[in-house]
Parts: sequence; C-alpha cells; structure tokens
Amino acid sequence: MSYRGMTVEVVTIAGDKGTPIQAYVARPSGPGPFPGVVLVHHLPGWSEMYIEMTRKFAHNGYIAICANLYERSGPGLPDDVAARVRADGGVPDAQVVGDTAAAVAWLRKQPGHNGKVGLFGSCSGGRHAFLYACQRNDVDACVDLWGGRVVMGPDELNAKTPVAPIELTKDLSCPLLGLFGNEDRAPSPEQVDQHEAALKQFGKTYEFHRYDGAGHGFFYTHRPMYRPEQAIDGWAKVFAFFSRYLAR
Amino acid sequence: MCTSIVEIVAAEGMAKSGDAWFDLTNAVVAYDHARHAFLADAITLDFVNRARPAGDRAAAELSLESAKALHAALGRAIAAAEAEEAERAAHLASLSIAAE
Repeated sequence: MSYRGMTVEVVTIAGDKGTPIQAYVARPSGPGPFPGVVLVHHLPGWSEMYIEMTRKFAHNGYIAICANLYERSGPGLPDDVAARVRADGGVPDAQVVGDTAAAVAWLRKQPGHNGKVGLFGSCSGGRHAFLYACQRNDVDACVDLWGGRVVMGPDELNAKTPVAPIELTKDLSCPLLGLFGNEDRAPSPEQVDQHEAALKQFGKTYEFHRYDGAGHGFFYTHRPMYRPEQAIDGWAKVFAFFSRYLAR
Repeated sequence: MCTSIVEIVAAEGMAKSGDAWFDLTNAVVAYDHARHAFLADAITLDFVNRARPAGDRAAAELSLESAKALHAALGRAIAAAEAEEAERAAHLASLSIAAE
C-alpha cells in the first residue's frame, strides 16, 4: 500500500460581505481530478480537530477547505475565540452561509477539481451545513453529524438565528447523510425523528444512521464522548456517501 | 449536546488572565460540551472584557454537581454579605441621626 502525499496551507478568501477570512486547505498530491469537501467547523471553533479532519479528507483524495467562521471575533486560541463568540451570542446564520459560499466558490476554481463539492459539518457545523444546503444549490452532497438545533422552538429564534433549519427542509438541494447518537439530547432522538419525517414528507434523498451506545460528538478522539466502534463505522459511511455523490 | 443554554450578564470587577488582572464587562454561563474538563458536558464560566483580546478571559469548566455546589455557596455568601451590608447601612444611619 502507498500513502498519498498532500499539500497544506492557509489561504485568505473573501467571506460574507467580502470580509477577508482565513481558511485551511489540504490538497492531495497529483493531477486529479479530485472532488472537493468544505468543512463547516463546530461550536468550539476553527479547532485543531477540524484542521486534522481537513487533512483526513485530503488523505482520502479530496481537495478540502475549512474556513474560520469565527475570524471576526479576533485572533487567539480557538477556545478563547469560541468563548468570545459565545459571549457575543453566537455568529449569525446568514454570515456562516456567506462564509461557506466563499469556501465553495474557492473550491470550484481549483485546478484538478472534478466539479463536485460536498459539505461536512458536526455539532453547530452540522446544523449550518444542512442550513446551507437548503439555502443554496451549489453543493452536491451534505453530511450533518449530530447537528443540534435543526429543530428549534420559537423561544430560540432571534436576529442571528431567525429560522429553524427544519422549516427549510423542502428546499434541500442535495442528498443528505445524517449520523446521530441515540444518547444525545441535542439533537434528541425525537428531534432526529422530526427531521427525518420532514425529509420524507418532501421526498428528499437522505440517509440517517443512529448509533446506540453513543451520544454527541462520538468522532472526537480527544474527548470522553469518543466511541471508536461507532466512529469507525460512521467514517466509513461518510466516505461511502461522498464517493457515491461526488464522483464524476 | 449542542445546546443553546447560554446566559450573559454584565459584570463589574476584575479577573486574572496569566499574570495580569483586567476589568470585566461580562460574565457568561453556558452548558455545553466541555473543551478541556474530562466531561461530556460542562457548566462553563467565562469572565471577559469585550474590548480586550479574546485570550483575556478567566474560564472554568465544571461538572453539573460542582456548579450546583458553587451556586449554593454563592447564594450563602451573597445572603451573608447582604446581611452585613444591611447592618452597616443601619449603623451609618444611626450615626447620622445621632449627629443631628
């Protein structure tokens, strides 16, 4: 067996409203053509784990990009910047969609790209990935890992999160893969049921896989919620899904 | 969990970050997955100044049980402090009346 080489760098892209934001990029060695993946990071920010996962996609033959959605909250360690975002009441959904659109556009301009783009996000990033796939039609597949607050009560809506993503399900523009832990409470199995019912109602192409013995964040190798058996199976499902919908 | 449990309040006082103390503008309490504590979810406390760099914060991640104990201790300390302050106010008022 041989391992694929890769090139990594940090680039600056024009995010929402043209604001420059940084993005971590990993490209497989070779001429391609390669499919692309945009990673939408989680609530803990533009963290080392998301940087590692960006490289994991390149290792598996994808041009991958992960934009810093918290760039506007200043430089600093991801934890500290994420805490600043929390103190400011979170980032606006519209801004995240704008920043993600910039990452998608960047991918589509890359030499060696096969013209297909997948979205991948976990936690708040899973929610944002689904939201993006409902509001835009420029991605070919979407992976939502345990995204909480897809289902939202009226009391949770505000200027930054004005719409519950589940309300946009009819506009989902690409196939969706969802992975969830049955011990999670946000999203709870009941909320995942609601989401699945909406996908069925509107005839969307989707796969949901729910894992016993796992809660939230079961891919996170550095956290006590890591569940190796479920994570190994989950990663296999992610790559099978992307290879099905992002091949040219 | 990926919660929306966040409480943000104005805070007057100072906190320590590294070797330096800084003025506070806010305290933030959240319940979400822990970043450092070996817990799935944690009560997170942040003491921050929004005008200062993001790294200037005093932070803690506590288990729910620890947070409840802290909450009770805060309640006891605040009640005792308010009793002291009420006594002091009464004493100052009596001095003021005596001076008249």
